[in-house]
Amino acid sequence: MSADAEVNTPRPPASDELVMGKDGMGALVDVLVRRGFTVVGPTVRDGAIVLAELLSADELPYGWGVELEAGRYRLRERSDGAAFANAAGPQSWKSFLHPARIREWSADRVEGELVLTADQAPPPRYAFLGVRPCDLRAIAIQDQVLTGGAYRDATYQGRRSGALLIVVECTEPGATCFCVSMGTGPAAGPGYDLVMTEVVDEDGHRFWIRSGSPEGAEILAELPARPADPETRETARAAVTAAADRMGRTMPEADLRELMAGTLDAPRWDDVAGRCLTCGNCTMVCPTCFCTTTEDVTDLTGDHAERWRLWDSCFDLDFSQLHGGPVRASSRSRYRQWMTHKLGTWYDQFGSSGCVGCGRCIVWCPVGIDITEEAAALHEWTAAEPRGG
Amino acid sequence: MTTVPPPLPYRVAATWAETADTRSIELVPTGEALAPFAPGQFAMIYAFGVGEVPISASALRGRHGGLVHTVRAVGAVSTALYRLRPGDSVGLSGPYGTGWDLEAAAGHDVLVVAGGIGLAPLRPVVHTVLDRPADYGRLTVLVGARTPADIVFQDEIESWRGPAQVEVTVDRPGPGWQRAVGVVTTLLDRLALRPERTCALVCGPEVMMRHTARDLVTRGLVPHRVQVSLERNMHCATGHCGHCQLGPLLLCRDGPVVGYVRVVDLLLVREL
Ligand SMILES: Cc1cc2nc3c(=O)[nH]c(=O)nc-3n(C[C@H](O)[C@H](O)[C@H](O)COP(=O)(O)OP(=O)(O)OC[C@H]3O[C@@H](n4cnc5c(N)ncnc54)[C@H](O)[C@@H]3O)c2cc1C
Ligand code: SF4
Ligand code: SF4
Ligand code: FES
Repeated sequence: MSADAEVNTPRPPASDELVMGKDGMGALVDVLVRRGFTVVGPTVRDGAIVLAELLSADELPYGWGVELEAGRYRLRERSDGAAFANAAGPQSWKSFLHPARIREWSADRVEGELVLTADQAPPPRYAFLGVRPCDLRAIAIQDQVLTGGAYRDATYQGRRSGALLIVVECTEPGATCFCVSMGTGPAAGPGYDLVMTEVVDEDGHRFWIRSGSPEGAEILAELPARPADPETRETARAAVTAAADRMGRTMPEADLRELMAGTLDAPRWDDVAGRCLTCGNCTMVCPTCFCTTTEDVTDLTGDHAERWRLWDSCFDLDFSQLHGGPVRASSRSRYRQWMTHKLGTWYDQFGSSGCVGCGRCIVWCPVGIDITEEAAALHEWTAAEPRGG
Repeated sequence: MTTVPPPLPYRVAATWAETADTRSIELVPTGEALAPFAPGQFAMIYAFGVGEVPISASALRGRHGGLVHTVRAVGAVSTALYRLRPGDSVGLSGPYGTGWDLEAAAGHDVLVVAGGIGLAPLRPVVHTVLDRPADYGRLTVLVGARTPADIVFQDEIESWRGPAQVEVTVDRPGPGWQRAVGVVTTLLDRLALRPERTCALVCGPEVMMRHTARDLVTRGLVPHRVQVSLERNMHCATGHCGHCQLGPLLLCRDGPVVGYVRVVDLLLVREL
């Protein structure tokens, strides 16, 4: 089985494994811009590392790290000048692939006839620079949700199919990270066009870079890089391996899907409901949360209407509205819906976990609710209370 | 196409009242037509500028050859649909959802149990069974409504008597009501069911379906031969908006019709 897997995913040829310096990063952004991509990557803005369009590599967050804790996010200056030694910020790539607000179609009344027109704006062609391995998996999960079933989400597919993914492996996990538990990092899984590992040591600031697709290989060939030297490769590998041991959080050692299915009546849900504000922040920052609602608007003439699609949150009372009231009225049931979906029923619906362990929901929860702590509490409860036969 | 395709324009060929708050509308395509609907499948109907909601097909072929929907006015969109008049246009997409498994019912007695507007998605089942009597055993239709005035398809229900056994009950009888009073499950007592060869299709409010399905199983129906049609908030009908979740199920995709066995435990969890 593993032999087959190896045959199916040949390693890129040696020439596709290079090392480049900081200047290489500048050249990379230039090449991407020249090739017509809208380059999006991390940059410092408003006291956080955000994802934004980059016109040059100088805008990368060189010398910035982050301090993360439940309900807490702070920028921290780094002495080594590293660009990617910072864990996830509040946004994820879903903001670009699955926008928070988008017009889907419009409707006009023309001489009594209803004319429905799809929005034909061509999708932007993105190059995502600095995708984390956990976020690479998150994109794969959204691929499955939005294009893997009988129906395809054309908005997502249009943006996704043109997107170039440049992954940077993780060497500096945050205190809220647990990608190791979810099997999504800190090394990159499949699906990237290019992958880099950043190394800063006495031999200089450099990037070990490999391609994972023909387009990635073409771009790589245009960069000012030298063949990979064993020292850089080994230092990079060691840094990624070390990162795996420095995760701030872990999920309990349990079958999370079973754990969720078996604890729907656990008292812990009342406990977390007492703390949760049902603000929905966790769903907005989560890179896999995909729920949307629709809004139909008309202009003043009443003859032109538009269909807009907006991100929605299962924490909203309206989310489960049926005439007569919401199905999930209590905050207990809404937090339970969110967490059991992420860790449990996602498998039933889409064949994988809905959580990649990025820790964003922990950081951006105003009251510091921690999905790993909640899972651990549920796990303890099942251990304490033998259930079933 | 770079975004989700819009629905197809359909014209209202006819509308008629079913009850004081419920009307049927027959829709014909003005251009391209949707694929044919199966009993139990639903459409997303877009009322110009107001919104879009899931509505089942209540007849697959109306008098004008169109698709018939029966709408109870409960909110903004359903009221806009309720107010449609012949010549008006709507946007229509579908068919969506699983539909009733009539193949599983072939060769069996068919028991249809409907509460209120729940008869709408079951009506095409009755039509199918009445059209093809050789393929099915006995047909029984049980209908429950709030009051006599809330019974949808009243005249048509009467016309089913004879080929089918039909029982109607109301929660609150009015003057002159001669038939049963009480919840629809009480009708089960009067039936000469052949439980071992009966397939039951149930649609109505969730509590009604829970009680009915449980009672049927108590009466000896094979749980695998009970199907229910569930309702949740729906926005996309394509498995992408997340609204219609019931635990592991996305009801627009895995439902709305599901085997009772698959949901029996889920229906017992409050606020799932
Ligand atoms: C698969 C399916 C088939 C249905 N078939 C029929 C039918 O044949 N006839 C009929 O009269 N009704 C049917 N319904 C119910 C109908 O869709 C709702 O009554 C309608 O959505 C109410 O929308 P509204 O805007 O008028 O009400 P509001 O209360 O104003 O609704 C606001 C929003 O909440 C949501 N919502 C509210 N109630 C419901 C509900 N019951 N189901 C789903 N979403 C809801 C809608 O998305 C709507 O956009 C069906 C529902 C489902 C899920
Ligand atoms: S649930 Fe939390 S940790 Fe998991 S992917 Fe979403 S935001 Fe990241
Ligand atoms: S868990 Fe935290 S972020 Fe999520 S809804 Fe509750 S309070 Fe908001
Ligand atoms: S209605 Fe959108 S996922 Fe089912």
